[in-house]
Amino acid sequence: MASSIPVSVPAEAPAAEAARGGRVAQRTRRLVAAGAVFVVLLTLMAAAAPWLAPQDPVRQSLRARLAAPTLEAADGRAHPLGTDHLGRDVLSRMIYGARVSLLVGFAAVMVGGLVGAALGILAGYRGGWTDTVIMTVADAQLAFPFILLAIGIIAVLGPSFPTLVIVIGLSGWVDYARVLRSQVLVLRSREFVDAILALGGAVPRIVARHILPNVLSTLVVIATLQLARAIVLEATLSFLGLGIQPPTPSWGGMIQEGREYLDSAWWISIFPGCLLLLTSLVVSRSGDWLRDLLDPTLRSE
Amino acid sequence: MRALLAFLGARLTRALVAVWLVSTVVFVVMRLSGDPVPLLLPPDAPRSEYARVAKELGTDRPLPVQYVVFLGHVAQADFGRSIHFREPAMRVVLGYLPATAELGLTAFVFAVLVAVPVGVISAVRRNTLVDQAAMGVALVGQSAPTFFLGILFILTLSLKAGLLPTSGRGDWTHLVLPALTLGAFAMASIARLTRSALLDVLRQDYVRTARAKGLREWRVVAKHAFRNAAIPVLTITGLQLGTLLGGAVVTETVFAWPGIGRLAIHSIYNRDYPVVQCVVFLSAVLFVALNFFIELVYGFLDPRIRPR
Repeated sequence: MASSIPVSVPAEAPAAEAARGGRVAQRTRRLVAAGAVFVVLLTLMAAAAPWLAPQDPVRQSLRARLAAPTLEAADGRAHPLGTDHLGRDVLSRMIYGARVSLLVGFAAVMVGGLVGAALGILAGYRGGWTDTVIMTVADAQLAFPFILLAIGIIAVLGPSFPTLVIVIGLSGWVDYARVLRSQVLVLRSREFVDAILALGGAVPRIVARHILPNVLSTLVVIATLQLARAIVLEATLSFLGLGIQPPTPSWGGMIQEGREYLDSAWWISIFPGCLLLLTSLVVSRSGDWLRDLLDPTLRSE
Repeated sequence: MRALLAFLGARLTRALVAVWLVSTVVFVVMRLSGDPVPLLLPPDAPRSEYARVAKELGTDRPLPVQYVVFLGHVAQADFGRSIHFREPAMRVVLGYLPATAELGLTAFVFAVLVAVPVGVISAVRRNTLVDQAAMGVALVGQSAPTFFLGILFILTLSLKAGLLPTSGRGDWTHLVLPALTLGAFAMASIARLTRSALLDVLRQDYVRTARAKGLREWRVVAKHAFRNAAIPVLTITGLQLGTLLGGAVVTETVFAWPGIGRLAIHSIYNRDYPVVQCVVFLSAVLFVALNFFIELVYGFLDPRIRPR
């Protein structure tokens, strides 16, 4: 009888803990869903820009220059978020600008993910010199503020969509490579892998069937965090005049163009900036929440 | 002692490899950009003049030879002459370095002085309104693009409130906004990390023991908890000092701060590649040296980090 008292106490505590954990997990799941909805809406907005944008984003109008945000139609057109120094509609430019941000962002994440995954698997599988070289390069890249190198490379090669995607993509390959390498190292020492190899199984098949499913959730988390980083990096490069060139609207470029008119026409910079900030915040937080959900051991306080 | 030497050797090798890789990338990128000779000559220069300059620059030799020569020059910190300033690129960059150092160090000190107390208060007053507000601001600070943050500060604090100048370098008021902008990310990261490191430590048994023996709470936090939480905080703080260098490019451009970041951007527009190379290389060396030094300090601070 006496022994049942101490036993019942710890037996109850984990249950309560689990219940609270369950509530937290549910809340996190909802937050992740909300973040996903935001990204989907933003993507839809970018895709449907020609139908959604009230006006042509590059159409200039001398009479409507630096018009303040208003719902009333001047010169027959309403500019709910105002116009810029060339009389172009800020709202329409913001909607079109999402195309550059998302296109470069997603493409860069793909490039970084593919390069990182390939090098990570190679390093883990081959070991030895290959591993040493790849991981040394990874260390070296982390030991350096990449934006400086990115600026140097783009300055020389000239800003274009492929250059931007490759440079931004390569700035983020290390995280993927680290994760895949460690997974491959773990799996390579397992007996069933030796068995598959002995039976004549091919390495790509092992990777596809046994390694990728194991690391998929981690890869998704890294990709989400990298997406936020890529979007901010693209906007930063556009702001410095090294991104997609005008007249194509991009958020970073708009913020740069509005800088000179900050005192008289703040809306040119501030509206696209707020959308950029919101996107960066939501996407990176979604990555954090996703990590909490998929990998509780990494949960951040 | 031997373990320590091996540790130093490994870290030094890594630092040197990083610098070598960066210079190699610089070389490859510069060669991809095409022939530098036409940039140095007027468009109507005679062919013999082209050949002379090519010989002078060494671009008429095979690429591997050029690479070795380039590495030799790098080792002597020689990046050639600036096309725009008409003096050695290294001298130009070194002239702009103090402004960047001033900005970077101020931002860093600023960030630490604000972030550590905020993180401690957040941890001690966990889940209160203060904690939630502070961490909310930190989250925004961590994901806000640096250049937009700068513009928000200029709009609100300079243009609307008229408190501080918008740009340039002068007395201390010119330093406030750029330092705040540059330090924002580091501030947010350090505050969040201080909080979680301290929360981790406050859960430990020895903290409970300290409380149980009747110590005042502030003594428990200051003496028993904070000292143990300091090592991860130091790690991230050291790393942040390095990332400030990268952020300086953007911040200096926004605030027209005459440092090496703005010099790099201007040199790109002027196609003054020797200066661009020099800035990239010098930042790499500074960054790597800084990280090396920080790792060294840990090795002495925390014996557990020292490898066997």
